[in-house]
Amino acid sequence: MLIAAAPVIPNLGGSAYACERANRLFCFDWISRNWGGVLWPALREHILLTVVAVAIGFAISAALAVAAHRRRALERPIVAVTLVVYTIPSIALFELLVPIRGLGLSVRSAEVALVSYTLLILFRNILTGLREVPEEVLDAARGMGMSARQLLWRVELPLALPAIVAGLRIATVTVISLATIAPLIGVQSLGTPIFAAIGNNLFKTELLAAGGLAVALALIADGAFVLAQRALTPWSRGR
Amino acid sequence: MRERRVHAIAAGRASTSALRAERGLSDSAGRASRPGRIRGSDRAEFLVTVAEHAHELGPLSSPRPALELELRNVSKRYPRAREAAIEDLSLTVGAGEVCVLVGPSGSGKTTAMRLINRLIPLSGGDILLGGRSVLDRDEVDLRREIGYVIQQIGLFPHQTVAENIATVPRLLGWRRERIAERTRELLELIGMDPQEIGPRYPSALSGGQRQRVGVARALAADPPLLLMDEPFGAIDPINRARLQDEFLGLQARVRKTVVFVTHDIDEAIKMGDRVAVLRQGGTLAQYATPGELLCAPVDEFVAAFVGADRGLKRLGLSTLADIALLDATALRGEHPRVPDSMTLRDALSTLLLGGGGPLVVLDGAGLVKGQFTLELAGGVLRGGDGGAAC
Repeated sequence: MLIAAAPVIPNLGGSAYACERANRLFCFDWISRNWGGVLWPALREHILLTVVAVAIGFAISAALAVAAHRRRALERPIVAVTLVVYTIPSIALFELLVPIRGLGLSVRSAEVALVSYTLLILFRNILTGLREVPEEVLDAARGMGMSARQLLWRVELPLALPAIVAGLRIATVTVISLATIAPLIGVQSLGTPIFAAIGNNLFKTELLAAGGLAVALALIADGAFVLAQRALTPWSRGR
Repeated sequence: MRERRVHAIAAGRASTSALRAERGLSDSAGRASRPGRIRGSDRAEFLVTVAEHAHELGPLSSPRPALELELRNVSKRYPRAREAAIEDLSLTVGAGEVCVLVGPSGSGKTTAMRLINRLIPLSGGDILLGGRSVLDRDEVDLRREIGYVIQQIGLFPHQTVAENIATVPRLLGWRRERIAERTRELLELIGMDPQEIGPRYPSALSGGQRQRVGVARALAADPPLLLMDEPFGAIDPINRARLQDEFLGLQARVRKTVVFVTHDIDEAIKMGDRVAVLRQGGTLAQYATPGELLCAPVDEFVAAFVGADRGLKRLGLSTLADIALLDATALRGEHPRVPDSMTLRDALSTLLLGGGGPLVVLDGAGLVKGQFTLELAGGVLRGGDGGAAC
């Protein structure tokens, strides 16, 4: 199995840390000693993987959604392709990318896989947001002399923001969850300590700490999007 | 609620007809007792602004002259439709005139309007604005020169009232200070406090307020032509009448060329300097002043469309001040007293309610001006006398 070098259950013979030797449910000592060496690097890589994947996924999806918004015929093929990608089991997709030239056992493969999973969610949400802009608003905007580009940037995208942010929330949480299997192809993430814990006959503290960090990261990211949406859509407050 | 109704004629509208502004000023008790709704005070303030302080406000900044609009043999056919939506439609709207397009659904009135700013492409004919074909213009530039108001208003929910009004000036790249100044001016014009209403979002406004903002937005860049598609159609009847009056007051000041679409013949008669009645298939049945339309409908379709009460409607176009009254010095006994700003239609109704006896007509100062009788009413339409003759 492809598991990156990982911290070990520290020195099971003669260690001063009884909690770890007994592999109790949770050892705070271990956390404090391994934060800088194990957990923080894993968290940092995890955040980086997620941010890059969501950013690239958003850019691609937004372009596709705007295209499908202008040309309705594009919607079906785009949904078909992204849906197929979405349904490929994640472990399989990660492994499938490795033999591809230029990808291999690298961050590139991980990002390609993660981006793939954001496309369907983001595309659908952005397109829905664009389509739900009220017809009379578009009519008024066109009638006042907005060009197609001005209509998109000044009216359609701002009004689609709530749907776009909803999509980003789901996509981000999905990516945070999926990125934990990146160590399968040799890429570090919060999955690294988890795989290490499993490899070491299930060292509970390491497993729980890394898993907990992933969950916390997802919750914080989700909350940040909620706050960002409130800041960006002042008109939808206080109705 | 006690309501003092004052009928006022504001002189100096386009020569074809007098401004028929009806003012309903609620007293302060009435205002205070009905919070939340579109308050009568909104309108009262507005009308005071327009009617009494017009000279103080002066002309709007950078006034642009209204332009004549001409539709020349205009037609519109949709690819798969058997019948034309618009067929050989020709009409001219004088600069500064209100032309109402009216007709049953399917008569193509909205289509005709949207051909003017090229939201719908023409199939044939030509449309000239100020003598220049709209087909020669870049359509985006053209639309920025034409105010556009629709029934559902279409305010941008993500922009404040001030930002909404500033839409076209921003598209035109005006300086920031000029936009701010213009926005403030327009909010005052529609009787709204720029400090209070300007920073609000449209969701915080009532339906009537939104419609006013929609009109202000359309006027923002001082367009020489204004297109209005059933602008008051979604408003309840009381507020609709108010908005209509306000718009007439506004039009008396800004004097735009206006194309106004409605399916309501009463609204057409009230708002239009000229009314174009369209029939199914988008052909012009009659294009005339409201008075001509009511007195002399060209065919049965128009007669049916304006209604069997067209005689009464015609009386509604003139007031007691427009006709020669009978001498009232010999009149004895108690008779209803009415102001001379009352329409002949309302006067006739008052007269009938009073049992058919004469009405004592008072002038603006409350002095007896003359009397109005059933005989006089009967003679008016047959051309016996002055203003309301057919």
